[in-house]
Amino acid sequence: MAPGPAERRVVVTGPPRQTRRVSGYYRPRTEIDEQTTLGHTYVRSLMRTQLRTALAVFAVLGLLVAPLPLLFAAMPDASLLVWTVLGFGLYAPLVLLARWFVRRAERNERDFVRLVEDR
Amino acid sequence: MNSGYAVTAVALVALATILVGAFGLRISRTTSDFYVASRTVGPRLNATAISGEYLSAASFLGIAGLVLVQGPDMLWYPVGYTAGYLVLLLFVAAPLRRSGAYTLPDFAEARLSSQAVRRLAGAFVVGTGWLYLLPQLQGAGLTLTVLTGAPDWLGGVVVAVVVVAIVAAGGMRSITFVQAFQYWLKLTALLVPALFLVLAWQGDGAPRRAFDEPATFRDQRAVRVDDTLRLTLERPLTVRVDGTVDGRRHPGRTVRLAAGTHRIEAGTRLVFDRGAEVPVRERGSGGGLSPSQAESRGERPLYATYGLILATFLGTMGLPHVVVRFYTSPHGVAARRTTVAVLGLIGAFYLLPPLYGALGRLYAPELALTGDADAAALLLPDRLIGGLGGDLLGALIAGGAFAAFLSTASGLTMAVAGVLTQDVLPTRGVRHFRLGTVLAMAVPLAASALVGGLPVADAVGLAFAVSASSFCPLLVLGIWWRRLTPPGAAAGMLVGGGSALLAVAATMAGFPGSGALHALLAWPALWSVPLGFLTMILVSLATAGRVPAGTAAILARFHLPEELRAEAKA
Repeated sequence: MAPGPAERRVVVTGPPRQTRRVSGYYRPRTEIDEQTTLGHTYVRSLMRTQLRTALAVFAVLGLLVAPLPLLFAAMPDASLLVWTVLGFGLYAPLVLLARWFVRRAERNERDFVRLVEDR
Repeated sequence: MNSGYAVTAVALVALATILVGAFGLRISRTTSDFYVASRTVGPRLNATAISGEYLSAASFLGIAGLVLVQGPDMLWYPVGYTAGYLVLLLFVAAPLRRSGAYTLPDFAEARLSSQAVRRLAGAFVVGTGWLYLLPQLQGAGLTLTVLTGAPDWLGGVVVAVVVVAIVAAGGMRSITFVQAFQYWLKLTALLVPALFLVLAWQGDGAPRRAFDEPATFRDQRAVRVDDTLRLTLERPLTVRVDGTVDGRRHPGRTVRLAAGTHRIEAGTRLVFDRGAEVPVRERGSGGGLSPSQAESRGERPLYATYGLILATFLGTMGLPHVVVRFYTSPHGVAARRTTVAVLGLIGAFYLLPPLYGALGRLYAPELALTGDADAAALLLPDRLIGGLGGDLLGALIAGGAFAAFLSTASGLTMAVAGVLTQDVLPTRGVRHFRLGTVLAMAVPLAASALVGGLPVADAVGLAFAVSASSFCPLLVLGIWWRRLTPPGAAAGMLVGGGSALLAVAATMAGFPGSGALHALLAWPALWSVPLGFLTMILVSLATAGRVPAGTAAILARFHLPEELRAEAKA
């Protein structure tokens, strides 16, 4: 609607409106920053996810390593096997486990950031 | 072998270390540079530095020597040293970095807001650090003695002087460069000779007997026993003896020794026939770089193997020179990626020592007898290749070994000096840090001069067991369990770490000679780690009212990604 010639400009004064704050709506991010109970619940859920990931990889490591001494003890003549497994065979799985864990842990963190930033 | 080349190599390594350190010094300006290299070390440089620092004399020389004497079961050591980093990555790496503390005592204080726990952690850091420094200094002495016949103490003094100079002058920034440089030096020093040795082995018809149990002599070999020792024979052995065995003199006669233990006097010459089994020295009669407790494994091999696995897997995370490195990463994600790179780098390095052990069993089996097994890697090039080539390769390995002593010793000195400066000396300035450095090195140097011939190499195994039973529970529970209390943490560290310390001290003093009790005390990790965890948990639950007020906020700081942290940007 175009302003008619009879209308005059009026200056309206009042308290300045905050630019982006929408009252009644808090992002989870704010909850965490302000350490509310809800914020702690968010942190706790991240910790639980990360701990579960770590324990899963730790369990794989345990399953991989724990039976080996028993196995070697059961086969006293297989010293070439012991040389191969302990000397050369275990390092690659260790590095692969580490890479797998880092990928999972970083994904957990990304998912969490997306959740709390509400994106 | 010609000692001239070896001395030159050792001198070059020391000189290069000082030069690289001086390069770091030019850009080391502030206190933060000093302690944590201003936290700007990228994953790749940091990973190389961590690996360079971690691969100690025990890795460089000790593993080959252990494998030579004990066989392939000893390869659990390098596997454990590597897997320890995986466990560290899983439970500790990123949260530890995000905790934003400088040292382990800082971590304890930040998590539990208790000065008492802080001081206790500091005491354990200094204790473990000194225990670990001792074998480094003694190893350096052994290397110089084997190579040049220099007196025992000289190698230790050389290492001590160079390390104090670098650390006091440049702090963390400086040693980051030094250690990155030394990783590559150590890898080269083992890799290049290994290639030549394998070629020589191929040229020899690639004998496979290295993998036989027990090791045997492949040629007739004469061995001179320098120190009186006790030999254990599984089967009767025929040997020509010139000297005194079991109190009887034999002037160059062929003697048939029955199965059992025999005492060989110093100065005796033994000539073994081709194909004879290599006898094993009795426990306690040899020092060296490698945990000599290993020699008691015969009594309970399975229990001992599992004890070793647990101690190395869980102990790595609490070693003071390992932990302090994580504070130099710029953020938690970088700390994690750094750890993966470290796993790759040390895994690659550990492919080499078993090779030296196997070749040592083949070409220098008598080292198991004379107690110089730790020198196997140093002597192999001379045995297999000989001539100028052998001398040069031997010198390269000697240089690498010195790099190993220097790098681990500087990392440990750094960690111990950090604690001394912050918690013992009156002010925290850089000047007092330098004083702390001198203190940190003076004590183990004096101790190594005092205890001389004792099997102090037990200290490496001891350091791992103590760290696994004290710092591992503190770190893991501190990071993942919100109900940890200061009394719980203190009690757990004291009971777990203290009992491990007492157990191994009792073993070293020779308290229970043999049997199940002996195995339990010599390999404490299997019971002392659960004990530490259990004490920490139970005492924390009993003192539930003492949970520090800010725990939730602190745990949030440990675990939240940096981008969500308001204060992280500061």
